[in-house]
Amino acid sequence: MKALKIIVLAKQVPDTRNVGKDAMKADGTVNRAALAAIFNPEDLNALELALQLKDKVKGSTLTILTMGPGRAAEVIREGLYRGADNGILLTDRKFAGSDTLATSYALAQTIKKMKDFDVVFAGRQAIDGDTAQVGPQVADKLNIPQITYAEEIVDVNDKEIIIKRRLDRGVEVVSSSKPVLITVHSSAPDCRPRNAKLLMKYKHSKTVTEVQDMSEDYLDIYQTRPYLKIEEWSVNDIEVEDRALGLGGSPTKVKKIENVVFKAKESKKLTPLDEDIDDLMKELIENHTIG
Amino acid sequence: MNNIFVYCEIEDREIADVSLELLTKGKTLANQLSCKLEAILLGSDINGLENQLYKYGVDVVHTGDDKRLSPYLTLPHTKIIMELFAKEKPQVGLFGATSVGRDLAPRIASAMKCGLTADCTSLEIGEHYDKKTDTKYENLLYQIRPAFGGNIVATIINPETRPQLATVREGVMKMEVYDEAYKGELKKINVDELFDDSDFVVKVIERHMESKKVNIKNAGIIVAGGYGVGSKENFKLLYNLAEVLGAEVGASRAAVDAGFSEHERQIGQTGITVRPKLYIACGISGQIQHRAGMTDSSMVISINTDDKAPINQIADYVITGDISETIPKMIKYYKKNSK
Repeated sequence: MKALKIIVLAKQVPDTRNVGKDAMKADGTVNRAALAAIFNPEDLNALELALQLKDKVKGSTLTILTMGPGRAAEVIREGLYRGADNGILLTDRKFAGSDTLATSYALAQTIKKMKDFDVVFAGRQAIDGDTAQVGPQVADKLNIPQITYAEEIVDVNDKEIIIKRRLDRGVEVVSSSKPVLITVHSSAPDCRPRNAKLLMKYKHSKTVTEVQDMSEDYLDIYQTRPYLKIEEWSVNDIEVEDRALGLGGSPTKVKKIENVVFKAKESKKLTPLDEDIDDLMKELIENHTIG
Repeated sequence: MNNIFVYCEIEDREIADVSLELLTKGKTLANQLSCKLEAILLGSDINGLENQLYKYGVDVVHTGDDKRLSPYLTLPHTKIIMELFAKEKPQVGLFGATSVGRDLAPRIASAMKCGLTADCTSLEIGEHYDKKTDTKYENLLYQIRPAFGGNIVATIINPETRPQLATVREGVMKMEVYDEAYKGELKKINVDELFDDSDFVVKVIERHMESKKVNIKNAGIIVAGGYGVGSKENFKLLYNLAEVLGAEVGASRAAVDAGFSEHERQIGQTGITVRPKLYIACGISGQIQHRAGMTDSSMVISINTDDKAPINQIADYVITGDISETIPKMIKYYKKNSK
């Protein structure tokens, strides 16, 4: 069958499991610089399904698209190590403070600029927001159908793609014409590990901004090996209205942020000693909590 | 015009609980705003289902009845709601944070260029003053949710865009009949004239729905495990205790992510909200997203090796120790004392 152009939307996210005090800025937005950054887990599931599709349809190409600060180029390198063909880092100060609507607008405009595409994959949601909104919103802006919560590619042919999707209370197998956007659920297979050869090939891949800090020796190599160049796009590379970007283009505003304060209860401290547990169970039975 | 709209989901010819919960909340908000509450009901062969809605204080039910509307497909449902919203200009639109609502609401928010907040744990009406533009906004929907790994609670507003959209998980809001005799109006949408072939490029080939195996939501006693339980094997201890107490087993997100328990048992902001009379938290640290789902429990027992686990602060009893030691003793002494 005809080769496919596949795009994977991936996000570098702060590891919300390890949040320190400096995590929030005064305006209520996230201070990403203060946190460890990781490849959003469900985007890795999305990458795996995309790689499987690429394996199935010979000659297909896979591009990773990520929006974020300069260091988000790391997400693209991780994709290259696993089998992606190339990547685009979309980065600009004007994107700062984007909510899901402004983010999906910027991503959709970038995809339009990339012209031909057949299947766009994205993780169902990112762990820093858990909104699951960007995927469907990009699909809307591209005016293409969406299949959410995919866990398996059942089949693909020139006419359609068939996907098994995970619902709250069951599974569904659906077919769609292409182009289509597919969001991927964590129940999809884990992403394959880095490939040693690809790691060697791409470990020195860099964006133009990253290259600026490099030695002349590196630049010589960079010039002769075009695959080392990671595309870096700014608002100037896509057609966008500035007022639809960033904080200004975001209809949702953070009115208030409250740190979580516990209303501490007077709790009874117990040990696992027989006497304590015996007393506890007696008490719970007597006050009809159990039994 | 400018009313509150709730998108209602249908499960096995019944209105889904989450939709009735949203209607209950929607009615409270509508009364505060002195506006009407309207429901949207789309499906196949749904004649008469609207009668399940009026008693929640629904003033208008918009129905779309067509074979092609069930099972749910993104594009046709989106199209009908877009048409309706364009005509009715709601100020608030509420959706269940279900596989359907989370697929549909963002599509609508994108097309209407309006704000949407996912997984709200509370909805309130309030005002806002914007210093930069010296503008005062009244009667905004405060969309309140834990954010950012649960370390903060954020109040989100959409000052400029309408409708203000939000999704809410099942069980977060209470379900309460407003007035048994309440009478609303039925408005049928002629959906056929809206559709064209491009709305049906996605087709459902197969569908296997399971009835709810787990009934955590209404359980009186819950034994819940967290990452600290350590393994799927250790979760059996929780099942043993649950069996003896007549309880259900729940899990924190960390435990589900680690593969110790099934997703349908997940309690918290991105899972189920529970209000049992007794909640036994085993090896659960108690991040706010988890507490958002169990904070209304009448009594909480925390078993944790870490005596500084956040959950201990909302626990009535804190047992500092290992579950493998504690749980068998709880079973032993329950059996001894209940006879």
